[in-house]
Amino acid sequence: MSRAGLLLCQLLVAVIALGLWQLFASVPIFGHTWLPPFFFSNPVDVGSQIFDWFRTGVIWKHLLITLWESILAFAIGSLGGVMVGFWFARQPLVAAIFDPYVKMLNALPRVVLAPIFTLWLGLGIWSKVALGVTLVFFIVFFNVYQGVREVSATVLANGRMLGMNERQLMRHVYWPSALSWMFSSLHTSVGFAVVGAVVGEYLGSAAGLGYLIQQAEGVFDVAGVFAGMFVLSAFVILIDMAVTVVERRLLVWRPDAADGRG
Amino acid sequence: MAKPTAVALDDATVAFRLADGRVYTAVEKARLAVEHGEFVAIVGPTGCGKSTLLNVAAGLLKPAAGEVRIFDGPLTGLNRDAGYLFQADALFPWKTALDNVAIGLEITGVPRAEALERAQGWLNSVGLGAFGGRYPHMLSGGQRKRVGLAQVLIRDPKILLMDEPFGPLDAQTRQIMGNLLLELWNADRKAVLFVTHDLEEAIALADRVVIMSAGPAARIIGDWRVTLPRPRDILEVRMEKDFHALHRQIWSVLKDEVMKGYAQSTQAPGAA
Repeated sequence: MSRAGLLLCQLLVAVIALGLWQLFASVPIFGHTWLPPFFFSNPVDVGSQIFDWFRTGVIWKHLLITLWESILAFAIGSLGGVMVGFWFARQPLVAAIFDPYVKMLNALPRVVLAPIFTLWLGLGIWSKVALGVTLVFFIVFFNVYQGVREVSATVLANGRMLGMNERQLMRHVYWPSALSWMFSSLHTSVGFAVVGAVVGEYLGSAAGLGYLIQQAEGVFDVAGVFAGMFVLSAFVILIDMAVTVVERRLLVWRPDAADGRG
Repeated sequence: MAKPTAVALDDATVAFRLADGRVYTAVEKARLAVEHGEFVAIVGPTGCGKSTLLNVAAGLLKPAAGEVRIFDGPLTGLNRDAGYLFQADALFPWKTALDNVAIGLEITGVPRAEALERAQGWLNSVGLGAFGGRYPHMLSGGQRKRVGLAQVLIRDPKILLMDEPFGPLDAQTRQIMGNLLLELWNADRKAVLFVTHDLEEAIALADRVVIMSAGPAARIIGDWRVTLPRPRDILEVRMEKDFHALHRQIWSVLKDEVMKGYAQSTQAPGAA
């Protein structure tokens, strides 16, 4: 199918879905409204709510807050993950000692930490950043750990025979290998940074997309909840596209990066 | 005075401890000398420990007994005089072909601009001058071997160790690579230790062909001098009468070992 045809079909799905939603929400069929507006709202109301947000500009503040929290969570979580991952991979004894605790922490559903972070760090952005960090850290950590340990033995031996010392091996062999593993999980970790931010906001905050959704829910404003969800999805898709661009640039040397890994 | 022997193995024995605690002797009392400027090929059946012997000469493995001497000095740690061309892909996948070649100089402190310039020169001499910007996965198997050759040679090692370097290539590419190797080697005649399972390749390339027995506890069981004139063309040298005579001679010894090696590799594990 051609690109235009595909796009047309994709649009058609959205139009039909929205059309059915509008139909069932506004027109009674056999004397019965299948999607009562109180519970399901309707596309027109949701659309006008989104339009309103952008017209008055209130949404920008919330979007920026969520974006900022996600970026901080991603940056801090990645940095920590890379450093600890490297350390553990190069010091097997340390890794062995901490192994059960790492597993324990990773097994913990991170959402339960949110109240503690709120208590410790307040209602501002840092409690959300902390939640995002706990999610991002483990993904990056495991990938870097794996990346350093799974450096090809031949490539490593080659580096040694070419005369590299430990520091040079680190820079030219371990580091690129670990980074490639980290970047291969970029989509996941960026996604989790956003999840941490939004869930944190939802559970207690004064700004952000999660806050917006939570507020609407508090007053049974279903249109507001759906509007928040749509803006959030669009936001995540945009971030994901940015990640894809970054990935294409950084992983040109990888055979599967060139043809757009799934 | 004669120049010192480039690589000398004095009754080198290599043993590994297996997972179940038993000791497996891969190579037993190997005695081998590669003279200055000499091209020596080691041939043996699959799994006989040829590569193990090469790793000992490289300093990647320590012999359990015996001694390794490099230019008459005992080898401790890695062999800094040697360049090693691996059988498997050993290029850095995250570096371009040019950077892969330049790295050997860069790590010794050569300024990057100069390293890149000399790397370009080496890429030209292996026939890949126009491919410097490609990453290894964008190159064919033969091209990757060429880059590998340039990567090793740019450091100008006194000894060249090669572990079935052309093993994974198709027959035509192997011959072309063989000729390229001879051409580059002919320029300054480094000492070469070349491991292969292909007897024809060994005779066509080397000054001496050394035969190993089937493992475990593989030994060196034969040593032939190849007197075919140089410079050689790998394709043409195979047509010569002397080549066939030598091939027949060596093969009569090697054949039994190949059969033994094959029988062992098809035996059920634990039967031994």
